Amino acid sequence: MAKQTPLYPAHLAAGARIVDFAGWDMPIHYGSQLEEHKQVRADAGMFDVSHMLPIDISGAGAQAFLQKLLANNVAKLTEPGKALYSCMLREDAGILDDLIVYFFATDDYRIVVNAGTADKDVAWMRQQAGKLPGGGNVTINPRRDLAIIAVQGPNAQAKVWAALPGSETASSHLKYFQAARFGELMLCSTGYTGESGFELIFPAGRALDIWNALAAQGVAPIGLGARDTLRLEAGMNLYGLDMDESVGPLESGLAWTVDLAAGRDFIGRAALEAHPPTQQLVGLLLEDRGVLRSHMPVFTAHGAGETTSGSFAPSMNASIAFARVPVGVALGDTVEVEVRGKRLKARVTKMSFVRKGKILVQAAN
Amino acid sequence: MSIPANLRYTESHEWIRKEPDNTLTIGITDHAQGALGDIVFLELPEAGRVVKAGEEVAVVESVKAASDIYAPVAGEIIEANAPVTDAPDSVNSDPYGAWLFKIKPANLDDIDALLDAAGYAEAIDA
Repeated sequence: MAKQTPLYPAHLAAGARIVDFAGWDMPIHYGSQLEEHKQVRADAGMFDVSHMLPIDISGAGAQAFLQKLLANNVAKLTEPGKALYSCMLREDAGILDDLIVYFFATDDYRIVVNAGTADKDVAWMRQQAGKLPGGGNVTINPRRDLAIIAVQGPNAQAKVWAALPGSETASSHLKYFQAARFGELMLCSTGYTGESGFELIFPAGRALDIWNALAAQGVAPIGLGARDTLRLEAGMNLYGLDMDESVGPLESGLAWTVDLAAGRDFIGRAALEAHPPTQQLVGLLLEDRGVLRSHMPVFTAHGAGETTSGSFAPSMNASIAFARVPVGVALGDTVEVEVRGKRLKARVTKMSFVRKGKILVQAAN
Repeated sequence: MSIPANLRYTESHEWIRKEPDNTLTIGITDHAQGALGDIVFLELPEAGRVVKAGEEVAVVESVKAASDIYAPVAGEIIEANAPVTDAPDSVNSDPYGAWLFKIKPANLDDIDALLDAAGYAEAIDA
């Protein structure tokens, strides 16, 4: 039987169409995925992402443990509340998960991982800590007692402040990728849409009250369908589609998240350095008529590739995709994608198509 | 959900209207558009194409997925609804108005084998 978040009754009350996502009953949309997408780009929307798992990493060895565990370097985090995006790699550099790590002190971090990988991630973390002397002097504490609501859009922060009196003072100073504590809430200026906003992490028992307070400010519920088209337009990878254990960060557009500073030792580093990438992840803008989807063959002058994610992009009124293609393929190249038996033309682009409501990649026509 | 009594239906969710000139107009049902979600792209057949019953002749793509549309009977495609390709969302808002294509059936009696409204209602309940 599928798991349900504390907001499941609110989804039903809002008319959600429920689907199974990584073993959770989650809302795919509440009527119209397109309208929900546009609502986030134009105003503010909220997503129940309580299926994702916060994991608290604490103890005297926490910083050293995370420096070993993650491909990005948590030592970059010195200001309390600062966040970092990172991959967690296997020894062979395959991506176990992508995650955000929040720093409060060198013995106090919070990581948020994907729902579908959460159990595997916790097991991996415990296994790695167990290899260290004294268990690494860390405590790994999965927090299924917490819920997460992402509020995203140009008016999202103002509406959160209106819904949660006192929260503005606690969080108005936050820059992108920073978090602040507000009572038992954590307000994080992070997200998965390319818009500004907050991700709110708090005790699950408050989920319905907070959801309803946001709704009273005109924040519309948004399903996983629009979450997917929003993140695709924003150029953000989805674990399980755009990357998994069979590929590394350098083949996944994530070289910027790997800290190869001299002397740093992290799991997967040796494999990364031994095997330079032969493939890269790029954006595609379909120039012919049609819709790109995942797992479509791509033909380039440098060899074959495959789309990893693809959709109609509502903000652009065009179809876009991410594709894994040979490293020789360059921005601006024209490639062909096999769409339902036909080869259609697409242009190679950067992966960020839309940011803060602005279209960064213009369609040809 | 709307299932007009004057139309015929398939189990693959096409509706069929017999016109006074004995041609057939085809679209997708209200149930189908609801299940697909927001429709963003249509690929319609060329006029003059001769098709078999059950042959894939069109594609309806929603923001979520692509869905094949089948010829309900054998015949010749005589017209596609070109304007609807510029407004695919009209299939969501007016599924029985936003027709997709017309067929001149090889054998007009073939439509008698299609579902009527009650039969279709039963099919989508199952």
